[in-house]
Parts: sequence; structure tokens; C-alpha cells
Amino acid sequence: MNPRPWRALQGAIGIFTACGFLFLIGPLFVIVPLSFNAEPYFTFRMEMLVLEPDAFSMRWYQTLLEDEEWHRALFNSFFIGICATIIATTLGTLAAVALNQPRFPGRRTVMALLISPMVTPIVIVGVSVFFFYSTPWIGLSQTYLGLILSHAMLGAPFVVITVTATLAGFNQTLMHAAASLGANAWTRFRRIQLPLISPGVITGALFAFATSFDEVVVVLFMGGLEQRTLPRQMWSGIREEINPTILAVATLLIIFAVLVLFTVEWLRSRTARQLQPN
Amino acid sequence: MVRLNASWLALPLIGFVVVTLVVPIFSLAKLSVYDATVADALPKTTAALRSWTGPELPDANTYAVVAAELIELQENRELGRVASRVNRIASGMRSTISKTPRRFRRSEEERADLALIAIDEKWGKPQIWYAFKQATQAFSSRNFLQAIDMRIAPDGSIERAPEYQRVYVSLFLRTLLVAVAVTLLCLIIGYPMAYAMANSSPLWTRFLLVLVLIPFWTSLLVRTTSWIVLLQQQGVINDILVFVGLIPDDERLTLVHNMTGTLIAMTQVLLPFMILPLYSVMATIPRNLSLAASSLGANPFQSFIRVYLPNSLPGVAAGGLLVFILSIGYYITPALVGGSQGQLISNLIAYHLQSSLNWGLAAALSVLLLLGVFVLYVIYDRLIGIDRMKLG
Amino acid sequence: MNGSWTKSLAWLVTLSTSYLFAQESVTVVSFGGSYAKACIEGYHKAFEAETGIKINLEDYNGELAQLRAQVEAGAVTWDVVDAEGPQLVLACDEGLLEPIDMLNLPPSPDGVPAEDDYPPGTLTECGVGGLYYATIVAYHPEVFPASEPSKIEDFFDIDSFPGRRAVHRNPQAVLEIALMGDGVDPSDVYDALRSEAGVQRAFASLARIKDQIVWWEAGAQPPQMLADREVSMAIAWNGRIFNAQMLEDQPFKIMWDGRVVDTGSLVIVADAPNLANARKFVEFASRAESQAGVASHIAYAPVRYSGFNLVGNHAVTGKPMKPHLPTNPDHGGRSLTFDVEFWVDNRDELVERFTSWLSR
Repeated sequence: MNPRPWRALQGAIGIFTACGFLFLIGPLFVIVPLSFNAEPYFTFRMEMLVLEPDAFSMRWYQTLLEDEEWHRALFNSFFIGICATIIATTLGTLAAVALNQPRFPGRRTVMALLISPMVTPIVIVGVSVFFFYSTPWIGLSQTYLGLILSHAMLGAPFVVITVTATLAGFNQTLMHAAASLGANAWTRFRRIQLPLISPGVITGALFAFATSFDEVVVVLFMGGLEQRTLPRQMWSGIREEINPTILAVATLLIIFAVLVLFTVEWLRSRTARQLQPN
Repeated sequence: MVRLNASWLALPLIGFVVVTLVVPIFSLAKLSVYDATVADALPKTTAALRSWTGPELPDANTYAVVAAELIELQENRELGRVASRVNRIASGMRSTISKTPRRFRRSEEERADLALIAIDEKWGKPQIWYAFKQATQAFSSRNFLQAIDMRIAPDGSIERAPEYQRVYVSLFLRTLLVAVAVTLLCLIIGYPMAYAMANSSPLWTRFLLVLVLIPFWTSLLVRTTSWIVLLQQQGVINDILVFVGLIPDDERLTLVHNMTGTLIAMTQVLLPFMILPLYSVMATIPRNLSLAASSLGANPFQSFIRVYLPNSLPGVAAGGLLVFILSIGYYITPALVGGSQGQLISNLIAYHLQSSLNWGLAAALSVLLLLGVFVLYVIYDRLIGIDRMKLG
Repeated sequence: MNGSWTKSLAWLVTLSTSYLFAQESVTVVSFGGSYAKACIEGYHKAFEAETGIKINLEDYNGELAQLRAQVEAGAVTWDVVDAEGPQLVLACDEGLLEPIDMLNLPPSPDGVPAEDDYPPGTLTECGVGGLYYATIVAYHPEVFPASEPSKIEDFFDIDSFPGRRAVHRNPQAVLEIALMGDGVDPSDVYDALRSEAGVQRAFASLARIKDQIVWWEAGAQPPQMLADREVSMAIAWNGRIFNAQMLEDQPFKIMWDGRVVDTGSLVIVADAPNLANARKFVEFASRAESQAGVASHIAYAPVRYSGFNLVGNHAVTGKPMKPHLPTNPDHGGRSLTFDVEFWVDNRDELVERFTSWLSR
């Protein structure tokens, strides 16, 4: 059989695949140079392409540095994100430890319930928490607490998934050995289980934080003016007043995303090493 | 053997999810069928209309009860709430109800029915009274009927809304179509990408994985913004097309604020959710499997169809359902790049929540959408098992 | 703990405390952007200087769901809201707003009592009229070198005036313009829209240019589209076009014929946490000088008769403002006053119909 047509096909698929990666990652890098645009537009100009220094400026980063609303949004994003992460990580880790029990009753159903926030359409989460938290005897609409609880709920499934995955490689006989040496449940958890699963816990926590940090629909529906987060502020920026300040924020968020990614990868390689049998 | 049972540790999170998600969803369902505003505000009218079935007008006594209660409401500044509820069933009734108490007090007419009809002839139409009676019913299916472009006819039967008023069914269908299209696009683009990741040298695999994970970790708003920058008329794509001479400067393509923009942006945003499950399955397929197939005389096409594809199907199913479920509830991207054609059902839910304040209808639309997703979720769980989901 | 970490922690603490503990203040929720800037310069600073009450200005997009949630949950944080059209009446109906009869509105500078200084319909049950703005048609004159459009019918005449049109993706004011563009007299527009035939006529009028329409959602978009030549004419808000003309030197022109004039009002939220300050604020804002102050930064006309007379020159460019105000009698052409009552009655139905029409 003539291998040449197959080569050609392989080449075509290769090019298609490369285009796929370009399609996925390319758009992000368009934003970065535009955030240094000296003009208040979203478009490249000739001067920028020939790298004239005058066409570039830090003015949008300057605006960002001076604008109180963006400061508040930054504060809110971190405050809500960190609080939500603490709740999600604590509850999620405990649940994952429980689900790892060999005789856990109704494991599949419970897992489906715990993962459900991840697959419920976000618009429905937003609508229902808005209505529910607005009822008079709850009154959590437009409060930090309401947003933190909702974001913790959205982030918890990620912790459950990542910690369960780490626990799958966890050797239960270690726990039995410790128990037979007289360690109580808490000591066993703290001294043996936690150190081993900590990379999974931290990865889950990062996922939970990123979920909260990126979430905009719930904030849009339920958050008040005081609780505006970065994505919420970007949302109004895109809709109401279009200028490159948004692109400056976007560039900073991309850098942040890359940092988070490398942390996760580093943690994963650590887990992989730890779980290897000596 | 020491007993190590820590199953109860799952309880806090179970309770937490129930309180913060399950209970709110049930209260949403209640809101979609229950609104006692009018019944509570007009108890006597509600009682009087209960026995009235038409088709002739209610008796003079009912008119008198209505007038008296409306006056009382106006004095308590609660008239507007009632008026806006009735207006949702019969457009235009808000101003009729608003002006009635004031004018009724000035009216010299002895009989309440004649007085009301003199204030607004609508009070003399049976279909207005049917609408009024519907509004007094606290439990009602009308929001759900409206959500599927139906309504309750004056005689109590259920009929389709007039054609110019039908919106929601076609929006549900469009949402479904967009979800199918985005899922297929993600699959077509993502499959060879996942294949490349699973079948490269370890170093390349790491590198490609990073390329997939960077957008996965980047804010949704950032990615949507970048598509606006790329696709707008004065944007990068059009600039390039003009520069290389593919299109003239005055015929730039409209790529954003329409369906094209929605599809492109949603596909890119959801692509990692397709690639990651695909990759995690493909990584477990032994590489020498295809080799073995070719050594048995299969050409590359046959060996792919007969050997590789079946083995990767669990990944296709996982990624496909994940992308489908996520895109069916999409809100942000269509709202920002969708324009008028690219609007999905979530955008109308948001409108009724934020702008028209018709919360009952927003709730009914949400419940319908949720039911659809729930069915898919159960299928997903049965087919693949939700506990096998992997991330990054 | 190293230095930068403590520093950022201190920064977070300062930030949080400054948001958590505010002194004597009033929370005003309004539309952001250049309008907010005009209000700050126009009278907010003077209010703070005179009363010592700090204004917390927040921006929103005109949607009152958050307000309803606050009032229903009994946790109100807003005091004063800048509201418009049907949203205002809807909120008033729902009992979300204080009636304005307890306000003591100031007389005009030459002593005319407030009730005689406001045009009819601008003082409503819950709202104090502040300014007039108009939905107008703007165009780029360089696109029409031969003859420029001059009447609202031209917007719907693609043959004589080619090019795409930017239209607000919202039936309010758009259906009215569609009817006027089809030759309906302004005084008959709302009677027509109350009938099935009139609604059909409005949609038929829009349908004539439907394939040339670029729909917009945010007020910032139409000037952008005109500047990019993406469209040749746009239905837009006059203040946005004015800013593009004045501050960005865009050559846009406004065709005043067929304009729809609407009122923006201030309302006080029911159970506002700073009720007394809110009253003081609304009373201050309704001074003729305050209204004229806003109008020296943005082309929105004072509602009060005495306010219109006080309007002078633009604060930045020094050009006279009166020619740019939507209520200037010199504009000529047809003018329609937006009928809030009509839209409160029929908005839900017409929005559904509009959405349905769009998707066909």
C-alpha cells in the first residue's frame, strides 16, 4: 500500500491540531500588548506594530493604580475568595476522607450530590441563591457572608475531586499501623494522612479559589455595590465604558493564572513522587 | 482489626450543599408556582371570585367588594403591587387598577358595577375578570405555561400564545442547538489535540498540557474580552484579512455581537473541558495498540476506527456531556458577545430577574432549564460515573 | 513575616476599615461614567461642602432587582437612586420607594414656588424630576457628502441614505421612532401603540431596515460604532453623542427631528438607612443651580424652568451649552415625550414581542 496519502493526511491533521492550540491560547496574548496602548481604543495601530515607543504607555495601569473602585474590587475578590476557599477546603477535605472509607454508604449518590454545584447551570445557582437569600428571615442577599457561602459551595466539588484522587493512592495500612500503636483518630489524620494528601488539598484549594476569583454570575445577581469583585467590575467595564483599563486588569489576571498553574503543576509532581513506592 | 469509620465526616459538606444549593433550588421551584400577593391583599375579592365562573359578568356585589378593597389598598400604598401582578396577566390593567380607587370615590353612581365600567370599560369585559380571577389564585401554573409559550384561555382551557408573543420555546431550542453545536465543535477541535497530548514525548506532553491549562485557569471575563478585541470590525482578525487583501476595507466581516461570535467564543472557553477528560482517557490507551493493529494489516484509518476510537469513547462521552451541560446554562459570554441573535435562555432569565422583576417567570424558566440538565446529569452519572471525573 | 507581606496586610486592613466605617453620609446610586462625573462636579461637591455629609456614589445599570431584594429582606443599604422611566414607577408600585410629598423642595432663585417651577408630569408619586435626556438619531456627516439626513423618515430610507443603522436592542423609544419614521404624528404615537394595528405598523417600519441594523446594548456603543464607521446613522442618547462631539472632537451631528424626550428622576428608597440625609440630598439636587450645574458638564437639560435659564457654557470647552440641550425650542422638528405610563402597562408584553420579532 502506498503510504503517501496517509502522510499527507497526517500532515493535515497535524496542522489542524496546531491551529487548535493556537485558537485556544492565541487570544490571550492579543490582550497583553493592547493593554499598553497609548490610545483609548481596543485596536492595534500602525505605530504599535513598528514598535514606536510613543504608541505604548503605562497609563491604563496607572488608572488601575489610582482608581478606588478597582482597589475595592481587588480587595473584595481576595477577601471573598480566601474566605470561600477556607470553608470549601475544610469541608471538602473532610468529605473526601469520609468518601474514601471502604464501607461508605451510598457513595455514588452522595458523590453526585456533592459534585452537583459544579454542573448546575451557573445562572440557576445565581437565580436561586438570589431569591433564597433575599427572603426576609435570611437576609443574606448583598452581604459578604452570602457571597462567601455561595462561592464556597461552588468551590467545594473541586476539593472533593482532587483530594479523593490523592487518597486513591493512599495506603490504608499506614493508618491501621498507627492505630495499633495507639494513635487516636485525630493524631492519625494530622500526622499521617494530612501530610500525604496535602498536595491534593492545596490543589483543590487553588481550584476553589480560582472558582471564586473568576465567578461573576452570582456576584452579578446577588452581590451588592459594596461586594463588587474584579470580574464584576470588568463586566460593567465591558458593557458600560470600554477602555483599555480592562485589558490591563486582564493582563494581570493572565499572569496570576500562569502563577497558579505552575503552583498546581509543581504540587502535582510532588504528589507523584511521594506516592511512588520506595 | 481497628475500626476506622470516618463516614460521618462527609456530613458537614452534605449539609452545607443542601442548605446553600438544594434548599434554594426548592424555594425557587416554589416561587415559580406560588404568588399570594393578590390573594393576601384582596381576601374578599378572592373569595367573591372563587364562585364566579363566567361567562357573564360578576354580580354588582362583587364589583362593590372589589372597589372597597382597592380603595383600602390605595390608602395603604399597596395598590401598585396588586396592579403590577394583574398587569402580567392582562397587559394594560395596571393603569386601570391604579386609577379606579381615586375615581370611584368621586363617582356619584349608586351601583358599583356601573361606576367601575364608567371609569374604565375594561371592567365590563369578562376576559378582564378571568385575568383578575387568575391573579387571585396563589397557586398557579401560569408561569410554566408562559415559559412554554402557552396561556390559560378565558374558558379555562390551555391554548398557545399568539404567534408574535412566542419567544421561550424557540429560545430553549436555540439554546439546545447552540449547546449541540459548541459540543461538536469542541469535539472536532479537541480530539486531535488530546490525541497529540497523549501520544507525544513526555516533554511535549507537559508543554501541551500547559497550553491547555493556561486558558483553563484564566478568567472567563478575560477570555471573552479577548474575543471582542479579536473579532470586532476594527479588530485584529478583520485587520489581518484586510491587510492580506482577502476582503476590502469597507466590507469588514461582522464576527461579533451575533451567533458567530457566540459560537467562536463559547467553543474556545469550553474547549479545555473537552480536552482534559479526553486526554485522561487517551493517556491510558497503550500506545502499541495501534501498532499491533497495523502489524495485523490494518491501514491507519482502519486501526483508528476499529481500535483507537472505541477505546477513547469514554473520554468523548465525558467531555461531551460536560461541555454540553456547561454550555446549556451559559450566560456571560452570550450576554457580552451575543448581540441579538446570540441570546440564550439564560439571558431572558436574567432579564426577568433584574429588569422586569417578574420573578415567578424567571423561576419557572430556571426550573425548566434545570430539569433538562438534571436528566443529563443522571445519564452522565449512569454512563460514566460522576466520581470518575478528573481535573487537569 | 517579611516586610512586603506586612505592608500588604496593613493595606488590606486600611481598605477594609475605610469601607466598613463611614461617617455621616448618604449612599447615592446612579448611572456611572460621564454622567456621574457631571453630577460630582455639578453639585455633589457643593452639597458635601455645604452640609458636611459625605456622598457615597455607586453606579448601577438602572435595574432595580437589587433594590427590591434589599427592601424585601429588610436590609436596605441604598438611600437615593437616580432612576428613570418604567423602572421608577414599577419600584414605586412595589412600595420600594418613599413618596416625595414629605420633601420640602426649594423655590426657584427668583422665588417661584417649586410646584410652579416644574413642568407637569415631572413630579410623580415617588420621583423628583432632575433632567431631560433624549433618544435621538445621530449620523456621521462625512458618510453623506451629497445631502445629509434631516428628518426621521431618512433613518428608514436605506436607498437615499445608505449604510447600516445602530439601534438600541430594546423596544422602548425605538418603537416610537419607528412609528414617527413611518409618518405617524408624535401626538398619535401612543394611541397607535395601544392598538394591535399600530404595534404591527411599528414592527413593519423597523422590518424595512432590519437587515441593516446593528443592535447595541450599552450607551457607550453607538458613538463607538459611528466613529468606526461601522454604521452611518445611530439611534443614541444625546449626552453620549455630545461627549463624543465635545471631548473627542468627533464630527457627528444630531438630527433633532423625531427625538424622544424622557425624564431622569431622583427617588428615595423606602426605609433608607440615612433617610434625613437622603432628603437633604434630594432637596439640594433639585435646586435650579444644581440642575444647571449638571447641564454645564453634560447635555442633559434641567427639568425646572428656572434651571434651564441658568445654563451657561460647557465647563471644559467653554462653548455654550443651550444649543445641545434636548429641550431647546430652537431645535424645531418633531419631538415626542416618552410616555412612562404606557410602558409600565405594556413593557413586558412588548419586550417579549420584540424578542420574538428579533429572533425571526
